[in-house]
Amino acid sequence: MKSTLLALSVAVALGLSMTAQAEEAVTVKIGQSSPLTGPQAHIGKDNDNGVRLAIDEINATKPVIDGKAVTFEVMSEDDQADPKTATIVAQRMIDEGIVGVVGHLNSGATIPASKVYADNDIPQISPSATAIKYTAQGFKTAFRVMTNDEQQGKVLGAYAAKLGKKVAIVDDQTAYGQGLAAEVEKAAKAAGAEVVAVEHTNDKATDFSAILTSIKGKAPDVVFFGGMDPQGAPMAKQMRQLGMKAQFLGGDGLQTPKFIELAGADAEGAIASIPGLPIEKMPKGADFKKKFEEKYGQIQLYAPYAYDAAYVMVDAMQRANSTDPAKYLPELGKTSFEGVTGKIGFDAKGDLTSGPITLYTVKGGKWETLETVQP
Amino acid sequence: MDIFAQQMVNGLVLGSVYALVALGYTLVYGILELINFAHGETTMMGSMIAITVIGALFGVAPDLPGIVIVFTGLLAAIPACMLLGYSIERVAYRPLRHAPRLAPLITAIGISIVLQNVAMLIWGKQYIAFPTTLLPQGRHEILGASITDVQIAILFLTVTIMVALVTLVNRTRLGRAMRATAQAPAVAQLMGVNVNRVISATFVIGAGLAAIAGVMVSANYGQAHYYMGFLLGLKAFSAAVLGGIGNLTGAMLGGMLLGVLEALGAGYIGDLTGGFLGSHYQDIFAFLVLILVLTLKPSGLLGSKSVERA
Repeated sequence: MKSTLLALSVAVALGLSMTAQAEEAVTVKIGQSSPLTGPQAHIGKDNDNGVRLAIDEINATKPVIDGKAVTFEVMSEDDQADPKTATIVAQRMIDEGIVGVVGHLNSGATIPASKVYADNDIPQISPSATAIKYTAQGFKTAFRVMTNDEQQGKVLGAYAAKLGKKVAIVDDQTAYGQGLAAEVEKAAKAAGAEVVAVEHTNDKATDFSAILTSIKGKAPDVVFFGGMDPQGAPMAKQMRQLGMKAQFLGGDGLQTPKFIELAGADAEGAIASIPGLPIEKMPKGADFKKKFEEKYGQIQLYAPYAYDAAYVMVDAMQRANSTDPAKYLPELGKTSFEGVTGKIGFDAKGDLTSGPITLYTVKGGKWETLETVQP
Repeated sequence: MDIFAQQMVNGLVLGSVYALVALGYTLVYGILELINFAHGETTMMGSMIAITVIGALFGVAPDLPGIVIVFTGLLAAIPACMLLGYSIERVAYRPLRHAPRLAPLITAIGISIVLQNVAMLIWGKQYIAFPTTLLPQGRHEILGASITDVQIAILFLTVTIMVALVTLVNRTRLGRAMRATAQAPAVAQLMGVNVNRVISATFVIGAGLAAIAGVMVSANYGQAHYYMGFLLGLKAFSAAVLGGIGNLTGAMLGGMLLGVLEALGAGYIGDLTGGFLGSHYQDIFAFLVLILVLTLKPSGLLGSKSVERA
């Protein structure tokens, strides 16, 4: 009698523990890293919000992976857009047990951090690092959901040559600015333009009058700047102060509301590109914009890409039926995902297989679409 | 366009700002033989406060002439910074008046970091825009060089302030008390000079100048940022040393020289070295000058011997 009771209770206990296992909720940490302090904090926070929006939505669907209810948690770190800090936060996130990372924002931070992730076999999807080097290092963990500088630089260089015969190029000496400027230089020359000046500055400068004066002496038709908005805005302003008539042209680092806010009336007429489609033309852009703005306010720059990157990562986990980095990494390479930003698929290096680039110009204090180019 | 003339204009405008900030360093050094490392941050605070007041005023009374709105912002920033300068002196310097030289130097650096972080908390980490549209947008061609209304105002204000300051130091009671305190604080005190009040006045005047400089910088470049005071402060400090720290005319001269040197350096270094060195070396000129002056003529161009006591 006693033994039957014991057997019964053991059986019940076992049964309970098995159901408990099936309903066991696991928390899976996904890393996000971008500059959350410093001059680019507004763009960094934008990425963070993009990832959070995606993860909140995914959690709301009560995802089950490998029979377990999974709750995803975002571990957000501030890499200060600094290469050294980036490797430190990468290691910190790995120590905390993240299974994948969306980041980093800047190429300069993404590239050194990518080695840390690769050494630990942690899949990484950058929403916005466009430097060619990132995916060219041969790490099987490195992916990005945005066209790279080579693809963007080609379009911008050709466009610069279309705007005028003489092109001057300035970069901010960051991995992003310099990389993009180098591609623009190559493409502009290939398209038959003459590159009359190549100047450098840094990503903290505000006075460009000396550089611009020497550029003005070379009478360019176009001034291309490879860098971000806190430098691009005073540069546009100082071009006007010096009475320069040249067309101001930039990459995605300039295509922000902040650029117009900082440069004021002098932003008028500036042209800048962003990889991908304008938000209105993204397949699910309007819907995303509404969702995002309800929660976080105006989209700064890369939020839709950060959002897609998070979805792509979870999508691979679901297809692999595992949150184990080693198991879902192969699935990540086979991604075919309809995101907000368009169709996402990766080539052998981890670059996007397709991706348009859109040119914008400032008109009446707003960025307006000029045209979309397929590289 | 004449490139050389333009680079001179660029340099003089840049130099004016350095000069105004350098005056603040030199005033304090002249009296206390101490470098107020929080001075750059006072400049930043001036700019931030002015932008905030301008924004608020524009919100309330958008019909006022732009120049009046900006001027009100400036007039609000000056007393605010003066109060800040006074507080800095009371908190970080006065308690350490008789401590070893190193102590107030460290508290000064501490205050500068605290101010940066306070600014970051209040105004955020982003660049904030100066509403330049409120200012006259005129641009003139002089001797083949282009100069804007704002830049002319900067040059004019700097020279006016310089003249006013020299008059203050040489012709007024306060000025005489300042000079006496600078020479021998203990003796001045025995002669009935309230040394503490004179030192406070020096900090307050320096902070007022920093506020003006801050507003000028942000009006010229159209933006401000919590970190903007750091490099500006370092360069202005170099300018003060170049001119001879403790000497008012020296600070002015040093600032202008440094600005011109930087503009010419950045503008021509590429061509002179055949592209081996480029314009991105713009920032090193100030510090090269600092090292050269300190090794070759530590008292600076117009400096007095007293510097060697330091």
